[in-house]
Amino acid sequence: MEGVKKDMATAEPWQTAEIPGPKKALVITKPEVVVAMIKKAKRPILVVGHKAAETRIGNRRLIDYLIKLAERAAIPVIATAHTISEFSKRGYKPMGLMSAVDIGNRLVDSGWMGVDGKGQYDLALFVGLPYYMEWTILSGLKHFAPNLKTITLDNFYHPHASWSFPNISEKELVENLKTIISKFEEEGGK
Amino acid sequence: MSRKGVNVKIDELKTDVGFIKNFQLSIGKVIEEKWTEPMGPTPFPSLTALREWDMLLLQRYKPFYMPFCDVCCLCTFGKCDLTGNKRGACGINMAAQQSRIVLLACCIGAATHIGHARHLVEHLIEKFGHKYPIDIGGLNVKVEAPVTRLVCGVKPETLGDLEEVLNYVETQLTHLLSVVHTGQEGSNLDFESKVFHAGMVDQVGMEVADIAQIATYGFPKADPEAPLVDLGFGTVNIEKPVILCIGHNVVPSVGIIDYMKENGLDGEIEVCGLCCTAHDTTRYYKRAKIVGPISWQLRFLRSGVSDVVVLDEQCIRTDTLLECQNVKAPVIAASEKNCMGLPNRTNDPTDAIVEDLISGKIPGALILDPEKVGEVAVKVALKVAPLRKKLKAIPEVETVIQRAKECKQCNDCRRACPQDLHIPEAMKAAAEENLAKFADLYELCIGCGRCEEACTVGLPVHSFIVKAGEKKLKEETYKIRAGRGAIQDVEIRNVGSPIVLGEIPGVVAFVGCANYPKGGEEVAEMCTEFANRRYIVVTSGCAAMSAGMYKNGDGKTPYETFTGEFAAGGIVNVGSCVSNSHIAGAAMKIASIFAKRNLRANYEEIADYILNRVGAVGVAWGAMSQKAASIASGFWRLGVPVIVGPHGTKYRRMLLGRSDREEDWYVYDARTGEKVYVGPAPEHLFYAAETKEEAMVMIAKFCMRPNDTTKGRAIKLTHYIDLHNRLYGTMPEDIHLFVRTIADIPVTMKDEIIRILEEKNWKESVIPDPTLLPRMIRQWKE
Repeated sequence: MEGVKKDMATAEPWQTAEIPGPKKALVITKPEVVVAMIKKAKRPILVVGHKAAETRIGNRRLIDYLIKLAERAAIPVIATAHTISEFSKRGYKPMGLMSAVDIGNRLVDSGWMGVDGKGQYDLALFVGLPYYMEWTILSGLKHFAPNLKTITLDNFYHPHASWSFPNISEKELVENLKTIISKFEEEGGK
Repeated sequence: MSRKGVNVKIDELKTDVGFIKNFQLSIGKVIEEKWTEPMGPTPFPSLTALREWDMLLLQRYKPFYMPFCDVCCLCTFGKCDLTGNKRGACGINMAAQQSRIVLLACCIGAATHIGHARHLVEHLIEKFGHKYPIDIGGLNVKVEAPVTRLVCGVKPETLGDLEEVLNYVETQLTHLLSVVHTGQEGSNLDFESKVFHAGMVDQVGMEVADIAQIATYGFPKADPEAPLVDLGFGTVNIEKPVILCIGHNVVPSVGIIDYMKENGLDGEIEVCGLCCTAHDTTRYYKRAKIVGPISWQLRFLRSGVSDVVVLDEQCIRTDTLLECQNVKAPVIAASEKNCMGLPNRTNDPTDAIVEDLISGKIPGALILDPEKVGEVAVKVALKVAPLRKKLKAIPEVETVIQRAKECKQCNDCRRACPQDLHIPEAMKAAAEENLAKFADLYELCIGCGRCEEACTVGLPVHSFIVKAGEKKLKEETYKIRAGRGAIQDVEIRNVGSPIVLGEIPGVVAFVGCANYPKGGEEVAEMCTEFANRRYIVVTSGCAAMSAGMYKNGDGKTPYETFTGEFAAGGIVNVGSCVSNSHIAGAAMKIASIFAKRNLRANYEEIADYILNRVGAVGVAWGAMSQKAASIASGFWRLGVPVIVGPHGTKYRRMLLGRSDREEDWYVYDARTGEKVYVGPAPEHLFYAAETKEEAMVMIAKFCMRPNDTTKGRAIKLTHYIDLHNRLYGTMPEDIHLFVRTIADIPVTMKDEIIRILEEKNWKESVIPDPTLLPRMIRQWKE
């Protein structure tokens, strides 16, 4: 496991008892994995929950980095709950406003053509929902959306995602996000 | 009541003419028909009697499963890996397994209420007799048991009449529980139908329990002006001996209060309660105090205020005995369902039990005689109070600071906390003599104590939070209106029309437990918001307490600010968990009293009426228990949507509509038989909201119904759009789905909405006489 942090190799659910079952998320050991997944995806979507606006990292909020990522990587955003107001304050217009359970429910429907009606999503990135709520919704997707890959951009290990960071600090998360964003900036977007 | 059974059983009889052994004679049912309402199609419905109605609902509101566990471990074939909807050794797939576990949860929940009801009815019959009349509101409540009438088709008049009703629900519950067995049901939707059935029989059980206790114990009888009683830690007079009652079954508390009164000790002792027993104790005795909801258990026990702790049943911390031993408070377990490992002293002389409890020879006693519980609790409280001197288990500030220095910052406490509270940061600050961060956690903490179990150096983390929040805790002095019970028939007559036409924008019931995502104040805020908007707000259980634990700028709680009438702008506390049946009953009575629909054994028609006409929404913001699951499922079958907080996703499945599928939202116009698009109203049946803001927007949206008049729809849309604008900062994107004609559009927003409608290619539709049931169509159009 050369080059991989010790805790990354032994990722455990952030909430100790939230042990799922035999199939667990692959651990994102370097941010390039996320870049590659986004680039590979034909129809990615970024689902942002309200905690993204509450999480303060230095003098910015997590949502600020997510907006930059969405813009640079050209990923459409779904804002859950009242998060839309935080995007609006920052002059960003998400593609859609949908509740967390509604987006989960639509993503398990292979016939759903997306918010823009242009086709099924093949990659959903989740971030900023309460840990346990994201955990349960990702579980729904793991079991009932076989054609969808999921990534969480939280700084917590989410065993039900296809790919997840291990439990890392908020600062480490931001460093990872900056790297991801820079990769798209270098190449002039997706 | 119309049905009476005559059973004669003779085990052995010697007479002049012979010897009879094991003789049994049953003369069926003797009909004493005084109730003229015709019997509907589904009296005492079986497991499948309402299956078609369930499937209509489930076709529109499909389950969205979020498995809480990927495996099944219920039999020795297992564990079976069901990942990705694989099938296990018995053949069950993940979807069915999730519904199966929901059914199991609902059976547990229903069993608690039904068991509670059976215990109450048996006890009350023994005390007051079979023929004791069921009067729960005099002339103001002629429809005394709407749920029982609707489900069973009988009209209970006396306590004895309730036995047959309980026989029915117990039988159904046994069948339902059997369905959960391996190899018993293969379809997820059939499991879901049975979930609805469990919820429906639960509603009957709750109604039986509450009407029995209201009738016999002199609780407020459908009284909008039920007394304002004390609520909060700070209302308990710690100068007096204190008896704390925890649980849901008021019988032992009644024993305590009666003994106190009979012996002139009224006023000498404080009687207070936690959870629903507290509600029911204040319904019996207005000088009793409600400490708070379920999440206040640990903090109150450790405060050392209680001199005796009396436990009955349900939602009691199972480590209560250990906690009480830490503060030297004797425990009396008073229910067969919750013996706590204590010696059964029911048949021992009172003074001997008292002596053993005072001396500490035993930490507690099981006493299954409520009157004896009363005498022992009072005697022990009087004698123990001066000895234990309110010994507490909350450390002093200096100790908190010193012990916080032992913290290794391992994060295990935070990772164990259901709320993900930033405990390590608070611990670090505490070690630096700053308790402010711990104080901030006080109101967010749900009092589970998992942080302490996780702590690698054994710090009493919860106690640190309580110590830091002690000032707030002691200042908790509020008023709540004692549970009033049923809604009066005359109140239903007054509001029936404006509710059904949509002019009262909705009935919102805040119910359930206290597993809130961000503290109980959110419940108070939501109640106040909707009462100010002239919705009818109803409360019960722990949520009713949380709603009262907040004061406005004038120092008044919501119960002091708003009327207790079931009317626009009222906040109506119906009472304890079992009083939830009155909320369902109110919806049923709108159909029967206002709309003159037959109630008797006519479930499908009444549920169809409620789904399409009665803009009611249940909100269980802190739903935690299996009881909350079964209560919700009773409302689903009745066509009432339920919103839970984000923790509610752990119930592992939602029932969600798809507003983007036009074909899901057609109803019949009962006038012509034509199918008419009515929009997603109500959009979902079981829904978890991520935040309070989302919940408020959804409450307003879910109150819309196909039957709304244009005036009513305009009012409902005004609230929906206004809340959306305020809390989301934008106009809703789905307005076009809820505007049927131009007259539906709120006047003040006309230009903007017409512009949106044009963008969405909106087309006008008609307002039908809506029904999902073909048999309700009066005349098919040629």
